[in-house]
Amino acid sequence: MVGIDFLVSFVPLFPLLGFIFIALNTRRFTEGFTSFVACGSVLASFIVSVVLFIHLAGLTADERSIHITLFNWISAGNFSASISFLIDPLSSLMLLIITGVGFLIHVYSIGYMHDDDGYNRFFSYLNLFVFFMLMLVMGANYLVMFIGWEGVGLCSYLLIGFWFKNQDYNDAANKAFIMNRIGDLGMLLGIILIFMNFGSIEYLQVFPQTSSIDTSIITLITVLLFIGAMGKSAQIPLYTWLPDAMAGPTPVSALIHAATMVTAGVYMVARNNLLYSLAPVAMELIVIVGLATALFAATIALTQNDIKKVLAYSTVSQLGLMFVALGLGSFTGGIFHMATHAFFKALLFLGAGSVIHALHHEQDIRNMGGLKKYLPVTYLTFLIGVLAISGLPPFAGFFSKDEILAAAFASNKIVWAVALLASMLTAFYMFRLFFLTFLGTTRASQNTLDHVHESPQSITLPLIVLAVLSAIGGFMGIPEALGGSHWLGDFLAPVFAQSKGHVEAHALTHSTEYMLMGGVVVLTLIIIVYAYSRYVSKNHVPVEEGQITSPLQRTLYNKYYVDEIYDSIVVKPLYWLSQQFYSVVEKSGIDRLVNSSGRGLESGSKFARLIQTGRVGYYIFVMVVGIALLLGYASLT
Amino acid sequence: MINNIPIDYYIWLSATLFTIGVMGVLYRRNAIIIFMCIELMLNAVNLLMVAFSSYLNDASGQVFVFFIMAVAAAEVAVGLAILVLMYRNTKTIDINVLNRLKW
Repeated sequence: MVGIDFLVSFVPLFPLLGFIFIALNTRRFTEGFTSFVACGSVLASFIVSVVLFIHLAGLTADERSIHITLFNWISAGNFSASISFLIDPLSSLMLLIITGVGFLIHVYSIGYMHDDDGYNRFFSYLNLFVFFMLMLVMGANYLVMFIGWEGVGLCSYLLIGFWFKNQDYNDAANKAFIMNRIGDLGMLLGIILIFMNFGSIEYLQVFPQTSSIDTSIITLITVLLFIGAMGKSAQIPLYTWLPDAMAGPTPVSALIHAATMVTAGVYMVARNNLLYSLAPVAMELIVIVGLATALFAATIALTQNDIKKVLAYSTVSQLGLMFVALGLGSFTGGIFHMATHAFFKALLFLGAGSVIHALHHEQDIRNMGGLKKYLPVTYLTFLIGVLAISGLPPFAGFFSKDEILAAAFASNKIVWAVALLASMLTAFYMFRLFFLTFLGTTRASQNTLDHVHESPQSITLPLIVLAVLSAIGGFMGIPEALGGSHWLGDFLAPVFAQSKGHVEAHALTHSTEYMLMGGVVVLTLIIIVYAYSRYVSKNHVPVEEGQITSPLQRTLYNKYYVDEIYDSIVVKPLYWLSQQFYSVVEKSGIDRLVNSSGRGLESGSKFARLIQTGRVGYYIFVMVVGIALLLGYASLT
Repeated sequence: MINNIPIDYYIWLSATLFTIGVMGVLYRRNAIIIFMCIELMLNAVNLLMVAFSSYLNDASGQVFVFFIMAVAAAEVAVGLAILVLMYRNTKTIDINVLNRLKW
């Protein structure tokens, strides 16, 4: 199959070429041409990804893997790293999500970024991001993955701070970058440990050796890698950058901070499922962190009033759920939820962007309400997204969330209860957001309402496509209890085959599953009705910050003061320390040393220069004496 | 014939010539005389080289002498030119007048 191998490297090539082409001509290209190049390059990648996907799906389970090496990149001593790609069901699925959702968001950006000064720059960054994300999921060794890992971090930084004239946005970009750097350090240490213990960083050489490595080392490696995932996928304690990252343009929030980049951690853990399945301690850590994050972020989302902040905390919470699934050994469930989440969260963000666009950059839901009749397409698609994330059948979120909850129920009831609570909270705050935005009475000013209009087609079309995907996306993994065969599970099976033996399989009887599903759906419906009565019938509107009276609500509104805590225990001491370094080490240490050595030379030369009298006879005399002394010394020795 | 003269004589002669040169450089103030003294030192060395060359039956010493003579000729050309310029500017060739090369 020379043809297929040949196609693989085209997937990342198109966005890279698109990036280079646009970046070199940011001042020359018109908006139309740029959008053509940017969208076209991602579309081309998408088409190639579809071809690869169909090819893989047609093969038998054992053959579903394409490994190609482009060239040997680094070779030093016994270390060697090549630029090589691995296409298996997992990366193939990721390719589809990245290029597919990426393409829709590119199209959306045409309308959303219209008339922005940095239009071309924006699209070049977006293409670069797609390139790095593809490198991340396609890499056949840890180094290529790490390149992508760092690259998407860079693009995230560039795009959060896209409107760099606003200092707050720059601060948010810095925060994201630095938080990620903390995680990446763990990641890098993990990769180094892998090389030290396995002697290679190629997946295909590392995985077969796992049985011969000590469990404690594997635990250490997996925990370090998970620290990287904590940073990138915004888990406690490194999650605070993600809500701030909403400073970027909304398509960026949708693509990078909801659908693709933040799921890199999920991908990474799933990719290393064999390592993780051999390290039960690391798996427990993942469950605990994921669970804590899911609940913590969900409670914060209850009180936020910025439409994008609610979605951001919801993303953090959903990522937590994915990690719970991974930690419980249900790798398929984690990946399944990641895929459906990519659809409905991208849809929700894009819908939010459409609202923001229509209301001229109004993001506060207290100033919205009753937008249903002004934005019918956005309203309908957003509703589908909300239904999907709340986990109502038959929308996508139902199947994936059900799989996670079932896995949790089978292994640990407490985990299940907390996960259930988090997903109930999700349903509540999502409907709170939805009702406050689209239903009820309009709270926007008359001036704004006069200019409200449904967004252009380039915005609504991606919304519709994503809404369809959010509605039917769950059907790729219908559980057996509902008469499905879980096609996704079968497709991904070869990737997780080896770890199957190490993770206890939990099987629930079908009747238990029906009970769980029914219970969850009924609970969700009750919560929706409650939200409806509270926010639509009673017309409750969140009050201004100063009027919040209950301490719990204030704590939630202020996000548990985590930012303030980090500020006082990390940022301020670091500033203090650097101030000390500046005043002690720099000023009275290094500066004094340099200055005094200069001053010493100066005062010494004040006397030394008197030797130089200017008399030629004297010079000659000194020279002769000097030569005589040298000769005398030479004849002595 | 020339081999009948012992090598010591040559060494003494050269050393004397060289010392005269050094003393001249040190004591005289006239730049031209200093210049001539330098030539004297060079030629003292040349003489010694030729003597040793003959004494040791090795031609390379004489080759070196040719080189030194060629270089000395070039040096004289440059040195005299400097002296001429010096005289034009200061109307003297007394080296004690040239004491501005300092600090």
